[in-house]
Amino acid sequence: MLSSADLDTLLLTFKVAGIATTIMLLIGTPLAWWLSRTNSSLKGLINAIVALPLVLPPTVLGFYLLVLMGPTGIIGQFTHWLGIEALPFTFYGLVVGSVLYSMPFVVQPLQSAFAMVGKQSLEAAATLRASPLDSFFSVVMPLAKPGFITAAILGFTHTVGEFGVVLMIGGNIPNKTRVVSVQIYNHVEALEYTDAHWLAGCLLLFSFTVLLVLYTQFKSPPMAQQFK
Amino acid sequence: MTVINARFKLNYDDFRLDVDLTLPSTGVSVLFGHSGSGKTTLLRCIAGLEQAPLGYLEINEHVWQDSKRQIFLPTYKRPLGYVFQEANLFSHLTVLDNLHFGLKRIKNNLGLIKLNQTIELLGIGHLLARMPNNLSGGERQRIAIARALALNPEILLMDEPLASLDLKRKQEILPYLSRLHQQLDIPVIYVTHSQQEVAQLADTLVILEDGHILAMGPLAETQSRLDLPLAQDREAATVWQVKIIEHESDYHLTRVEFEGGSLSLAAIEAEIGAVLRVQIYARDVSIVLIKPSATSILNVLPAVITELIEGRDSQTVVQLKVGQQLLLAHITRKSLLLLGLKIGMLVFVQIKGTSILN
Repeated sequence: MLSSADLDTLLLTFKVAGIATTIMLLIGTPLAWWLSRTNSSLKGLINAIVALPLVLPPTVLGFYLLVLMGPTGIIGQFTHWLGIEALPFTFYGLVVGSVLYSMPFVVQPLQSAFAMVGKQSLEAAATLRASPLDSFFSVVMPLAKPGFITAAILGFTHTVGEFGVVLMIGGNIPNKTRVVSVQIYNHVEALEYTDAHWLAGCLLLFSFTVLLVLYTQFKSPPMAQQFK
Repeated sequence: MTVINARFKLNYDDFRLDVDLTLPSTGVSVLFGHSGSGKTTLLRCIAGLEQAPLGYLEINEHVWQDSKRQIFLPTYKRPLGYVFQEANLFSHLTVLDNLHFGLKRIKNNLGLIKLNQTIELLGIGHLLARMPNNLSGGERQRIAIARALALNPEILLMDEPLASLDLKRKQEILPYLSRLHQQLDIPVIYVTHSQQEVAQLADTLVILEDGHILAMGPLAETQSRLDLPLAQDREAATVWQVKIIEHESDYHLTRVEFEGGSLSLAAIEAEIGAVLRVQIYARDVSIVLIKPSATSILNVLPAVITELIEGRDSQTVVQLKVGQQLLLAHITRKSLLLLGLKIGMLVFVQIKGTSILN
């Protein structure tokens, strides 16, 4: 069975992932919208920055975050100025790291979903008296729904599975920054294979269920577009 | 009287638009031209979907664009209805929700009454609960027209609404458009490259070529202008507005009158007094000097030659006036010389065939 400590790590993990996913959707939606419409010369640069975590070793990202968020880093000094404790080794530090790390998994599906909405629907909305903001909520968002579902699921599950960044900036503090992937590692290190099995099994079941629901509920699975 | 004043200058890499347009406040104005002539771009400029860097647009005394004064009303603030070439319905909404989309965003309460009338006029009442993806192209386009009209717009803009449909669907929608034409009290600007649609719908004809206006004016007048390529075309024709005055049921004929005369047509099922459009192809008109005493052709009318021009090959195009109506005749150069036809001559025209347009 799951021990209460394991249960705590599971809850903590889902909490981090939930908050991070919400933040990613809030930031990622306007960002993806801008990227899908703009002809700006900055587009390439922003795209590259957003996609960087896809290719960067998580420990590298974690290392830089640790340095930047530490007491002498730029972000660290800013948080100090705001009167907040330094972010490394805190729950919110973990959230910040997760947001940066999983951002491409949210932005990219949204971007391709927005691109598929097409100019024509927006023009039709404009001729029907809908302002650009109105059109975004009444036309773009419903039409891009599969993209939002994909983005939320990829962002969430990817955050649940993160390990390298957490280890660098979050450490292994029970009830604060100890997430499932780290806990499994702890169990294996301590040769507690039964506990490791329980946790790993939970994650396997979770991931599989999510995908099963997705692929049976949608005629054309939202993620299929993304991986085509 | 004048409703639309539009001047636009626009330069793209491979295309420039330079137009100065004045259109009347009633009826259908057709923008006619080949693809690449700029007719769709012009319509998009009027709608504000395209912003010409130099432009002035005034509709019903409201200025929608004046680049000199930095005025540009965004599309969503312009009281217009727009029908796209593809119906462009929202695929996530039912037909009814598509129809309500614009209605919810305007303030006046006339909308719902207008919508119900429009639904009836376009015969789409049975489709309201359906999703757009399950409809035929013709049905989708009818809904798009209703969606635009439901807004009770001050002007209706239509961009080749039939171009993406096959012939059968076109025939299905054209009657609805003709009905709209008779019942709408707002001006319509209609883009097409089809002469059939011009004949059927246009009151005012604007001919565009390479981004500028070649000619504009009332349909019959513009159609019969000999300096335009239209009159030389194999399909050249004039459209007359006529009124039914008598049914000759013994012969299965209907007598109609036009300004300055009357015609016999194959029986038409419509009431006396009904107004119709009749198309007369230039190739169906022949010219005689003396009224023939014996001919199988029913419609022989006195006419005056108002203009002539030598067309391509052996063909000559003759413009005539029958009563107050203009008429085109395509004859051979040989006939022209044999009959000694000249401007101002009194002749008779024999009209071999006519087609009823609505």
